[in-house]
Amino acid sequence: MLVLAVDTATPAVTAGVVQVGDTVRVLAERVTVDAKAHGELLTPHVRDALAEAGRTLADVDAIVCGVGPGPFTGLRAGMVSAGALGHALGRPVHPVCSLDAIAAAVPGEPLLVVTDARRREVYWATYDAMGVRTDGPHVSPPAEVNAPHATRVAGADLHDFGLPLIEPAHPTPAGLVAAARAALLSGAEPGPLTPLYLRRPDAVVPGARKRVSRA
Amino acid sequence: MTIILGIETSCDETGVGLVRLDGSGAVELLADEVASSVEQHARFGGVVPEVASRAHLEAMVPTMRRAFDAAGLKMSDVDAITVTCGPGLAGALLVGVSAAKAYALSLGVPLYGANHLAGHVAADTLEHGPLPTPCLALLVSGGHTQLLKVDGLATSITEIGSTIDDAAGEAYDKVARVLDLPYPGGPPIDAAARRGNPRAIAFPRGLTGPRDARNDFSFSGLKTAVARWVEAREPEPIPVDDVAASFQEAVADVLTAKAVRACVDEGIGTMVISGGVAANSRLKELAAERCAAAGITLRVPRPRLCTDNGAMMAALGAHLVAAGVEASSLDLSADPALPVSTISV
Ligand SMILES: [Zn+2]
Repeated sequence: MLVLAVDTATPAVTAGVVQVGDTVRVLAERVTVDAKAHGELLTPHVRDALAEAGRTLADVDAIVCGVGPGPFTGLRAGMVSAGALGHALGRPVHPVCSLDAIAAAVPGEPLLVVTDARRREVYWATYDAMGVRTDGPHVSPPAEVNAPHATRVAGADLHDFGLPLIEPAHPTPAGLVAAARAALLSGAEPGPLTPLYLRRPDAVVPGARKRVSRA
Repeated sequence: MTIILGIETSCDETGVGLVRLDGSGAVELLADEVASSVEQHARFGGVVPEVASRAHLEAMVPTMRRAFDAAGLKMSDVDAITVTCGPGLAGALLVGVSAAKAYALSLGVPLYGANHLAGHVAADTLEHGPLPTPCLALLVSGGHTQLLKVDGLATSITEIGSTIDDAAGEAYDKVARVLDLPYPGGPPIDAAARRGNPRAIAFPRGLTGPRDARNDFSFSGLKTAVARWVEAREPEPIPVDDVAASFQEAVADVLTAKAVRACVDEGIGTMVISGGVAANSRLKELAAERCAAAGITLRVPRPRLCTDNGAMMAALGAHLVAAGVEASSLDLSADPALPVSTISV
């Protein structure tokens, strides 16, 4: 099964072409770390990764898309692209929590995954040694992260959690597909492609109108 | 024969349109589907960018499906895609541009990143056919108030005037709040104004002095004048209909007087009015009266085509294709401040 994986939940603009069967094998990937370039670079990255893999979009059997949590604007670039690709190609789009994709790249020990939520907060989740999410995803200040069992931390280097920091810093195509592997191979209809914003939009309902005249 | 898909997400409407361009250059509207988030913004009294962007993401694929169903077309029928890449809200534009790029790559068709304001002008060609050039376009909405000289829809548009503060539609929203009328303010003020006396209160006409910028507009002073008038009257009951009518008269008077004078200045014989405020009854009436007196042909597309939609971007795309304009690169990005002189990127 040939899978196209995309993620824009972190500063990385990520696209990869991955063969999935008994194993997960990355044929090609394009990653640029630039928080302002998601809209600009994602589609060229998809095109270039396919070209390097020697495949075309017509060969793609399914799409996997990171759905955050992530700062809003960049996250939407990847999600709407994945939705559009799936629609135009008539292929299923599998949502994956972007933190799960980071965890899936490094199974084996209890893990804390942290990414940048801006405004001095982090998105975070914890995982057991099997890579199963045990808490989260949450958004909170780093000091409120509660990961008593984790022996390592993966993701963004934003705060000293007293744990060794390991790679990857961002969701990888291999991690995205590994996190979605069971769903991909089951042949079941994927769940809805819903972003994990974890925050409400900043918007205030206006109060009483201010007078313009001097009293 | 060429099928063009248009995508628009610059503000609070997710628009998808489909048009057919035939060999003679005629453009026919096949589908015009819009999903609006306007109700989600109402309690905030204006468009909340993050709310609009979230709604675009949710609405994009469903709106696309509805457009193809309405036109009875398959995705593989599409020959080119046009998307609004500016001006507009950054986060909102990004959703449409990202989607358009993914559709263009999937379908293997050229993509045109194009100007929203030029799209508003192009919308009129869907109703009234080819646009004689040069023509003058008056664009009036919640986001823009501009006078444009159009020498070629796909090739040459020059801004000759614009608002220096609030857009006309923004003034409507703010005055509606002063009068306790709902958001968006255009329709309720228009309705109240039709019951009121437009000469009841002499509200100021911004930038109409002899030394003021000839083609520019200002609505901030008018909005403040209305608020002051209402406050001075309180706690007496406010004659809402008369205030609305007098405010609307001031807006329509300045817009049409300046647009007609610009046509005369530039020797232009055709005027197009587009944008959400073009649906305003008094603006249309006064423009028709003054254009007729000056010997100018007035064209105002139906309200549905005046507000933001994907059909206008598809229509602009048809003109870009017909003019042989080069397509955009797949690494194009949204430009919230795209100048109108840049019709496509
Ligand atoms: Zn507009």
